[in-house]
Formats: sequence, structure tokens, C-alpha cells
Amino acid sequence: MAKILRAESQPTGIGTIANKVPWAWLGVVPFFLFVMAFLFYPAFSIVVRSFFDQSGNFTFQNIIDLNQPFIRASYWFTIQLSAVTALIGGLLGFLLAYALTLGKLPEGIRSLMLTFSGVASNFAGVPLAFAFVATLGQLGVVTQALRSIGISIYPTFSLYSFWGLTITYVYFQIPLMVLIMVPALDGLRTEWREAAESLGATPLQYWRHIALPILLPSILGTMALLFGNAFGAHATAFALTGGGTKGTVVTLLIGAQLSSDALSNPGLGNALALGMIVIMLITIGIYSWMRQLAERWQSG
Amino acid sequence: MAFLELSNVRKAFSQSVAVHNFDLQVERGEFISFLGPSGCGKTTTLRMIAGFEKPTSGSIKIDGKDITQRPPNQRNIGMVFQSYALFPNMTVADNIGFGLKVARRPASEIRERVTEMLRIIHMPEYGDRYPFQLSGGQQQRVALARALAIRPQVLLLDEPLSALDAKIRISLRQEIRSIQRQLGITTIYVTHDQEEALSLSDRIVVMSAGHVEQIGTPFEIYNFPQTAFVASFVGTLNVLPASVIDASAGRLAVDGQEIRTTRPIPNTAGTNVQIALRPEALTIVSERHNGANYLQGTVEDVMFLGSIVRVRVRFGEQLLNFDMLNNPNLTVPTPQETVTLSFAPEACLVLGNSPANA
Amino acid sequence: MTKRASPWAWLWFIITGIYFFVPLFATAQFSLRAKRDELSLLAYQNVLNSPAFVSSFMFSFQTALITIIVSALLIVPTVYWVQLRLPRLRPVIEIFTLLPIVVPAVVLVFALIRSYNRTMLTDSRNGTYVLLIGAYVMLSFPYMYRAVDTGLRAINVRTLTEAAQSLGAGWFTILFRIIFPNIYIALLSGAFVTFAIVMGEFTIASLLSQPAFGPYMALLSGSKVYEPSALAIISFALTWAAIGLLQLVGRRLPGRIQLVGGR
Repeated sequence: MAKILRAESQPTGIGTIANKVPWAWLGVVPFFLFVMAFLFYPAFSIVVRSFFDQSGNFTFQNIIDLNQPFIRASYWFTIQLSAVTALIGGLLGFLLAYALTLGKLPEGIRSLMLTFSGVASNFAGVPLAFAFVATLGQLGVVTQALRSIGISIYPTFSLYSFWGLTITYVYFQIPLMVLIMVPALDGLRTEWREAAESLGATPLQYWRHIALPILLPSILGTMALLFGNAFGAHATAFALTGGGTKGTVVTLLIGAQLSSDALSNPGLGNALALGMIVIMLITIGIYSWMRQLAERWQSG
Repeated sequence: MAFLELSNVRKAFSQSVAVHNFDLQVERGEFISFLGPSGCGKTTTLRMIAGFEKPTSGSIKIDGKDITQRPPNQRNIGMVFQSYALFPNMTVADNIGFGLKVARRPASEIRERVTEMLRIIHMPEYGDRYPFQLSGGQQQRVALARALAIRPQVLLLDEPLSALDAKIRISLRQEIRSIQRQLGITTIYVTHDQEEALSLSDRIVVMSAGHVEQIGTPFEIYNFPQTAFVASFVGTLNVLPASVIDASAGRLAVDGQEIRTTRPIPNTAGTNVQIALRPEALTIVSERHNGANYLQGTVEDVMFLGSIVRVRVRFGEQLLNFDMLNNPNLTVPTPQETVTLSFAPEACLVLGNSPANA
Repeated sequence: MTKRASPWAWLWFIITGIYFFVPLFATAQFSLRAKRDELSLLAYQNVLNSPAFVSSFMFSFQTALITIIVSALLIVPTVYWVQLRLPRLRPVIEIFTLLPIVVPAVVLVFALIRSYNRTMLTDSRNGTYVLLIGAYVMLSFPYMYRAVDTGLRAINVRTLTEAAQSLGAGWFTILFRIIFPNIYIALLSGAFVTFAIVMGEFTIASLLSQPAFGPYMALLSGSKVYEPSALAIISFALTWAAIGLLQLVGRRLPGRIQLVGGR
């Protein structure tokens, strides 16, 4: 900000490029420096260091070490968890978003659900874990209710199993889908439906040939986002395990690298982080590509 | 019997009435415009013909069949929207062929029809393009082709040119008209642009606040407006208050000066009416003769509009615009000059009460 | 056209509504059971009266404020200059706003700790606090950027700046008298989101051993039974308040709200 204050004495207007460019660049430098320091440098350094061992020699060993059965299982578990919650959250979220827009639910309900979605997608983490422990934990309300009618879900069920995590993760996946799909559904112009109708199409034909194809990039892109969302989740899983070191989810493994010295191989931690970044890059790549497609068609 | 018939069509919403008692008979192949300002009910009426709105009462018949209760996808009506509404995920060819695909026509027939339509709109090479690659005018032509591809009984256009540049508007509206003539298709065209309505239509329906003000040919609407609204909405008009001296003799007084009209005067002596004069009906004269009307006033302002010179004249409380064709040899009146304007008795329109005010 | 909702719409709303409601209800119920056999607010009392709650809450509150200020100070000039002079940078910055998703919180904090290992940043309490703020500012970037970008776009920054310059204003005047007052609503909406994120954040705070609200909540679950539920309800109410204020303020703002907090 101080740099901009100094520019006050410049006499000429926006038009003079030669005079002005340095100041403009100067104005954005703090931002870039910050991102460098707190994101790029750390991330880059981790990526690089994963290719070096403790003595400083270049090696692929860290990456190869990722192939341990335990770690492989962990990645596979996390990928499955993320995919399933993305699908469930995506489907249910889409149906809810549809109900709120084209389903013509009253405006009050729509704004209530949108506010709630904003809250719920941020409720994730420790409080959400608590909420589900209170619901489906050993002493949880739903557990007790089921027990009273003769259904005992324990010990086969555990909140920290695949399905327990799924049920919990979906609580913030659905709202995220709703928040993104509601504007996308709003973007379906009524003229398209009317034009299709005037040409003789039934509602089903309209959906099959026009609405769904138009929405598909948004739906797929958001599901990719949901996948990344679940894959990167840490706090929720951590709180559900009660802070234990079972580490079936990759994020917990990475966290464990820092808090305990259980695996005192620093290169492994770097490689885990690298693996995660790679997966996230692919996910975000898909999301970006889909979003570009969606924007091109929706503005047409 | 008329091909398209609207009888006593009325559309009321909880807060207001959008369309009052709309009656219209349209012959096969006719080009009808609904003309009026925003909110006058023209689009609502069009949408009722299309089936997107249900009339509160009244009936709509096409070719003798009552379609009032039929859903829009069973009416075989082509619709062109102001925002083009091309399906963004389909190519131009797929857009045009959509109606036929939905009707499960064989692929070869669809292909042929699409090629034919592309030819009619003069865009034969554009089949593989996507809407976002086209300009506004091109998109609208494709929208027209799409609507016509299904051989609709009636073609409806909802302000199709409003979103386009002026030059394209003019060329495209001629193209629409010539295609319509070529195919002989009954057409309803909604617009707020009176130039469009006047130049394109066989007949115009002028609407205001949900009421039909007048139905007639462009010539009739312009030269024989029946209400104050029609007179002022279509073309420019000078509207002046006048008091009636003798209704049967057609004598009126404007600003104390007596004039005569051949138009019927609905009021009795002593009351006030409104008269209207088109700017082109007035001329400057230097001498008075019998039989014509004369008004004397002072020139206030002279505006050079290119081919027209518009002069503003004041007499008493009233202001009057009249137009002269530009001519280099012209002696243009100067401000503060006293002038005498002349017009024929037939050119003095007497405005009745419009149904909206009744 | 009918304005009545289809029955399917109500069905989906009710199904998802039940799914969303039950855990909240269960948590609330749990939190009221601190006293045996009767409903009481004992758990809430214990929580609100505990010094650990107050101190961790204030810690996170203060952290949130600092994060918002730093974030705003970095973002506003950047967005301003990009919109005004450097439109080519726009795609670059947009990519930057996706990065916090590519580098999730746990990876970010891992990378920060490892890269700055054995520097002042990791060896002292103040140093790690700097890392905390830095990480939180990174987390807030997508929302702050989008809010400020939308806000500046809505006021047509270029024209306003040119008008101000033609009237003789210098950059300082322009930024503070014209730009800032017109986008403070957008800033507020970004601020509320940032606030909600920071208050609820756990991963980074705990791995940096900070006495923040998130770690406090997690710690409590190890020792107490009912208090964690009370905390969850308090946290939920807090987030709802923040988002509610955001909606109130953001009603004057075009563009959508997208909330992805600490998971």
C-alpha cells in the first residue's frame, strides 16, 4: 500500500503507458510475494525434496516407498471415499438444487436452504464430527433409537469405517453441490424450454436433448470439485478418530508425519504430499476444463 | 372463416388485467403486427397463442380447431424469441432440425429440410457452427429457420429485432417479410417499433394498456387514427386543444382562430376536443384563400434534420411542429418571424376517446 | 404458468431436510443432557465459563481479524491494478484462487513447516503465529478475491478512476475516498466468509500447535462427553450468524456465495 501512496504525485492520467506500468506492477508485487512465500515456495520445495533422500542425493526411493501396501491401501481408500461421496453428494445435491429452482419451491425455503448450505459447507471439521458422534456414535441418538426397535448397528458399523465417513462427508458435499448448481440451474433460460416446446418437444425430450447436455459440464465439474474436497479433508477425519493414528485417510497420514515421529522418514512425508498434490492437480484440471465449457455454453 | 381467430380473449393476473377482450380474425398467409409500448399486453397475447399462457376466458382457434386448452408442444406453432434462444449445445444444423427430430422424422428427411432452410436464410455454409460463434443477426436467422422447419401453421415473432443493431434490423426485417411471403405462412409479429410495423404488416393491431386501440392497414392506422393514443404513437403528431363552435359544420376554434375540419366531431358546441395535425400536412403560405385553414403564429425554433427542416411555431399557449422538405433554394423561416400556416380541412384529425380511457 | 412447486420438489427437500436436521437435533439433545435425567444448559454453562474457551475463542477471533486485514490489504490493490491496468494478469490470478484447493490445508501446513524448518518461523511462538496468519490469508484468498473482484466490477472502476483523475484526484485520494467506500460491502462479504473459516479451522492451527478455537474443541472431546456437543451447537450458531450477516450485506452484491471451509 505504501508504494501506491508514493504515486500520488504523478501528474499524468491513465493513458500514458510508459509512466504508469511500473506503478501498476508495483501494486501487485506484495500479493505475488505473499503467495510465493506462503504457497509456492513451500509447495515447490516439498515437491523437489521428495526426490532427494536424507543425505541429499537424488532418488526416486521416496516415490517408490509410496508403494507400500499400507500406503497404497490408504490412497485407494481415500480415492474410493472421495469418489463415493462425490457421487452421492453430487446426485442428492443436484436433486435438491433442482427442487429449489425448477421445482419451484417457495422463495423462503430456497433462501433458507442456500443459507444453510453456506453454513453446512463450513460446518465441516471438528463440530461436524461431534454432531455425527452424537447421532450415530455408540451412544448416539439414532443408534439408541434403532436399538430400541431391535436394530443394533454396532459393532459392525463404526463411524470411522468407510460408510461412517461417507455419511459424515456427504453432510458438507451436498451443500457445496447445491451452492454451485443453483446458479447453474437458474442459468437455464426459460426461452430454451419454451422454444423446445414450441417445436413439439415433451419435457423429457427437452431434458434429454437440451437441459442435461447444457448442465453436464457444471455437474461433472462440480463433482470433480467435490472429489477434491473430500480428498483434502483432514479435520473431520481427525476428529472422528479421536486423534488416533489409524491414518486410513491420506491426509491423516500426512498430518501424522508432523505431529508424531512414527514414520521418521522425512522423504516419505514429502512424497505423500507430492502424491496428494498430483491428484488434486488432476482433479482441479478437470474442474477448470468443465467450468470453461459450461461458461461458454451458458453465455450463448 | 378466418384461419386464426381470437375471440374475447382475456388474461387477468391476481393484481391486474393484462389483456382485455381481444378479438381478432386473421386470414391465412396474413402478416399481422401487434404494436404498442411495453406493458400493453402484446407479448402476453402472443404467448397465449403460443400456449405459454392460458387465457382467463375466451378462445383461440386455428383452422377451425379450438386450441385454447392444448399444451404448446401440440400446437404446431413456430416461435421466434427476442433473445434468439438457440440451444447452445447444438450446432446450427441440429438446432434447425430439432423440431423434426423430436417428431421422429427419418434422418434423411431432416437433413434435406435443414439444407433447404439454410438456403432460405442465405446461410448454407453454417450448418456446423455453434451459436456462440454467430453474430446476433445470424443467430436470429437460424432461430427463424428452426421455427419454420417444422412447417408450422402460424409463425409467432416476439420483438425479434429489438436486440440487434439498427442496420441489421432493417435488412433482417425485409428478409423476414420476403421469406414469409415466399412460404405464405400466417404470421403474428410483436413490436414496439412503429416503423417496423408500418413497413412489414398487412394489418396492424395497435394496443395500449391491455386494450385494442385500432386494427387496420398501415395506411389506415397512419392516416385515419381513431384514438389519441394511436395518433400519437404512430408517427409524429401535433395535438392541440380546440373548442367546438359548430359540430355539424365542423367548425372549431384553436387559440381564438377559427378552423374547419371534415372529420366527424363527436362533441357538442362549447365543449373541448383534441385535434391532431401531422407535421407534413402543414405549409407556410403568404396569402389566404377560401376553403383552407389558416393559423398564425411566431417561429420559435428551426431545426435542420437533413432531408427535413422542422420548424416550431408558437401561437398563444400552443406549440406546433411542422416539416418542410429540404431544398437549397428554400427560404427558411427565422425565429421571431410571424408566419401563417395552412392545412387542408381533411388533414385536421379529431381525436375520439380511446377505449382505455372509457 | 403454474407457480406451484411439484411434489417431487417437496420430496427431495424433505428427504435432504431430514438428513440435515437429525444430526443437529441429536447434537442439541446431547448437549442438553449434562445433568442426569433432566434437560439443562449445564454443558453450555461449563463451556462458556471455562477460561480455555474464552482464551481460545479470543485467540481465534483476533487471528480472524488480522487475517481479514492482511488479506484485504493484499487483495484490494491487486484486484484494482489488475482490473485497471493489467487485465492480462487476470487469468493468472484466477488460477491462484484455485490453488488453496489444489494444496489442501494439511499439505499446506506440512509444506510450511518443512520448508521453514529451523528458521525463526518455526522455532518461536511468534514465528509459528506468522505462519498461521500466512496460511489463513492463503485460505481466504479465493473468497476475498471473488468478493472484491465482483465489487470493483460492479462500480466500473476504470470510469470512476478516470472521472476522479479528471477532477484532479491523486492515487491516495482515489483509493481511499472513492474505491474503498464503494467496495466496503464486497469487502464485508469476503470478511464474513474469512471469519467463519478461521474460527472453525482446525488442521493448520493444531499442526502448528496454536491455542486456537478448533484445537480447543478437538481437545475437549478427549475429556468430556457433553461439552463437545454444546461447543458444536455454539460453533454452528456462530457460523450461521456470520453467514446470515453475509447474506444481509451481500444482498446488495451480485455474484454468488461459495463456501468451502476447513474440513
